[in-house]
Amino acid sequence: MTIFPTKKVIEVKDLHVHFYTYAGVVKAISGVSFEIYEGETFCLVGETGCGKSVTSRALTRLIESPGRIVKGRIIFYRDSGPVDIMTLSEEELREIRGREIAYIFQDPTAALDPLYTVGYQIAETMVAHRTADWREAFRKAINILKSVIMPDPERRVKNYPHELSGGMRQRVVIGVSLSNRPKLLIADEPTTNLDVTIQAQILDLLRKLKKNEQMTLLLITHNMGVVAEMCTRVAVMYAGKIVELGPVIDVFKDPRHPYTRGLLRAVPNPLGKVERLESIPGTVPNLIYPPPGCRFHPRCPYMMEVCKSKEPPMVDLGEGRKVACWLYVK
Amino acid sequence: MTLVSEEVYEKKILDKVIDRLVDGVAKVIDKFKPGWSVKNRSKIDEWKLMFYAFNRSPPGLIGAALILGFIAIGIFGPYFAPYSYRLFLFIEHEETYLVPPGSTIVSKGETFYFPLGTDKYGRDLLSLILYGARVSLVVSMIVIALGVPLGIVLGLVAGYFGGKIDEIIMRITDTFLAFPALILAIAFAAVLPERLRPMIIYNEQLKTLLSIFFAADPRDAANFAPILSVILAIIIVWWPGYTRIIRGSVLSVRENLYVEAARALGVSTWKILTKHILPNVISPVLVLITLDVGAVILVEAGLSFLGLGAQDPMIDWGKIVFDGAQYFPDRWWLVLFPGLATFLAVLGWNLVGDTLRDVLDPKTRRSIEFKVKKKKLAATSEDGGASQ
Repeated sequence: MTIFPTKKVIEVKDLHVHFYTYAGVVKAISGVSFEIYEGETFCLVGETGCGKSVTSRALTRLIESPGRIVKGRIIFYRDSGPVDIMTLSEEELREIRGREIAYIFQDPTAALDPLYTVGYQIAETMVAHRTADWREAFRKAINILKSVIMPDPERRVKNYPHELSGGMRQRVVIGVSLSNRPKLLIADEPTTNLDVTIQAQILDLLRKLKKNEQMTLLLITHNMGVVAEMCTRVAVMYAGKIVELGPVIDVFKDPRHPYTRGLLRAVPNPLGKVERLESIPGTVPNLIYPPPGCRFHPRCPYMMEVCKSKEPPMVDLGEGRKVACWLYVK
Repeated sequence: MTLVSEEVYEKKILDKVIDRLVDGVAKVIDKFKPGWSVKNRSKIDEWKLMFYAFNRSPPGLIGAALILGFIAIGIFGPYFAPYSYRLFLFIEHEETYLVPPGSTIVSKGETFYFPLGTDKYGRDLLSLILYGARVSLVVSMIVIALGVPLGIVLGLVAGYFGGKIDEIIMRITDTFLAFPALILAIAFAAVLPERLRPMIIYNEQLKTLLSIFFAADPRDAANFAPILSVILAIIIVWWPGYTRIIRGSVLSVRENLYVEAARALGVSTWKILTKHILPNVISPVLVLITLDVGAVILVEAGLSFLGLGAQDPMIDWGKIVFDGAQYFPDRWWLVLFPGLATFLAVLGWNLVGDTLRDVLDPKTRRSIEFKVKKKKLAATSEDGGASQ
């Protein structure tokens, strides 16, 4: 089942992001590496606060003070050749943001400026990248709304965000990010604030759009169902690190990392009998003082002596699967 | 004209006037940009609603009337003044010395009528007040036009970029905020006029410009210098207030996801600042501006009263009171009328500022709008009562 498209879209190498707060340095991300191939849907999954969103934002250096990317390389493969995002100037980055890498944010209500019409906000992205002038952009906005299956787009384009429902707003947000036909679309929990039927619609829409526009999708979620439904490959994050990475079917069928196992057991299985759901004992570690060694060791049922002191290396299990756990170190 | 929201409002005369006015403006814009009024239908309605809400507030209307009067007098007053402020009747007609209001003087075959009396030079007080209105208007407008943008830009930059830039700008702001306007103005009055005077006198364009601004004779050019130094002093102590307010609002607005979304979509920093942040923080500033116009008028009059502003024969309200103060209890009109003019102008701006705050704040405005909505019952038969 494993398909290996060869063309990379983006490659992250040993990314470290720290937040310098009054309480101390929060090591939100320490040593995350992954690559996303063209045409796939790559998922980042993990608990709240494990660094999924920070990772996605770091991809275009959208980390605001007090946060800082302290280490790492992010190589983005543009049509004209690979560039290192970390070395680009702010102006060059601006050219990439919204045009080649676009974001869909979690909260569609907050992601739209209440003072402007939907059409304006879609058009603004095109004008900012000079892919269209205002007049043309407004015309295109109607087509974009049509493509995100907005009912009555000619009228909706003149509406303000408060006149739309949550699902419609999320469609608009998706429309805004699609307006320049980006190469890589980063969807940061696109369905979290929506009810279940709308969630299904939005996911359906994303899948359709991805197919039509031949985009690559980076999906961030904490919902295992969404992962199973949408993704080709998945990376499981825990406390600022990727603990397991691999094709989604393999990971779901045979999770290797104790954390992934726990995570999957905590999700109800619609095929099985409804039984008591398991939870992972303990809580997410404080990232100001992360536990030494493996960050999962205080909660891990398979904990060994070595886990307490030494960080586990990323073990390549073949077939594109990687896991960071001492259990698999020979 | 029905509104998009399908709600029918009961309108009074003023509301209808506003309807006409707003529609007229929309039509004019429509001529330049065809289709504008259709596209911005909700914007037009929003403006109308704001005006309706404003119309429900009697103090606001009184204030608006006072302001309009002040501006009209400031602009046209000097041209309607019966006598020039440079006409020292006392020199030729001794009878005009400190004449009480409403007196008619016949001297050397000429008849003079002074509705508000005269000052010690035999100048007509009504004319002086009309000229003084211009100075007050120009000073307050210049201060607002220069001080406010400066404050806003610094506040935006400080709030948006944060960190060291914020720290530097805000500490400078604090320094200026700690500076008393009066002392600064006194220091300026001591130093600046001497430097400015030759600049104005030898620069013909500046001279003409200023004489048009102050509705004064170009021969008084040298006396523009103290007024300019007063303007400068007021601007310098005025902008920090705006920087503070804007910075505070920016700090909360920039955390909004739509600002981050705009950044993620590659919108330039300047565009984010002007299009997404500024419009969301501007309404407290609009209120503050209206309140501050009054405050500036007052400070300017105060500085003039201390002898730092206009110099003879130039005139402004503070100067008239200053001159009249030495004759005060007997020759009361020299103090009362310019004082009353200042009072009314400041009151007008304050009333409008207070009402604007209610109108511009969506929360309080809705409650005002409830008073506007009335004709519901008649309307339900037409729209099926969908808009409850």
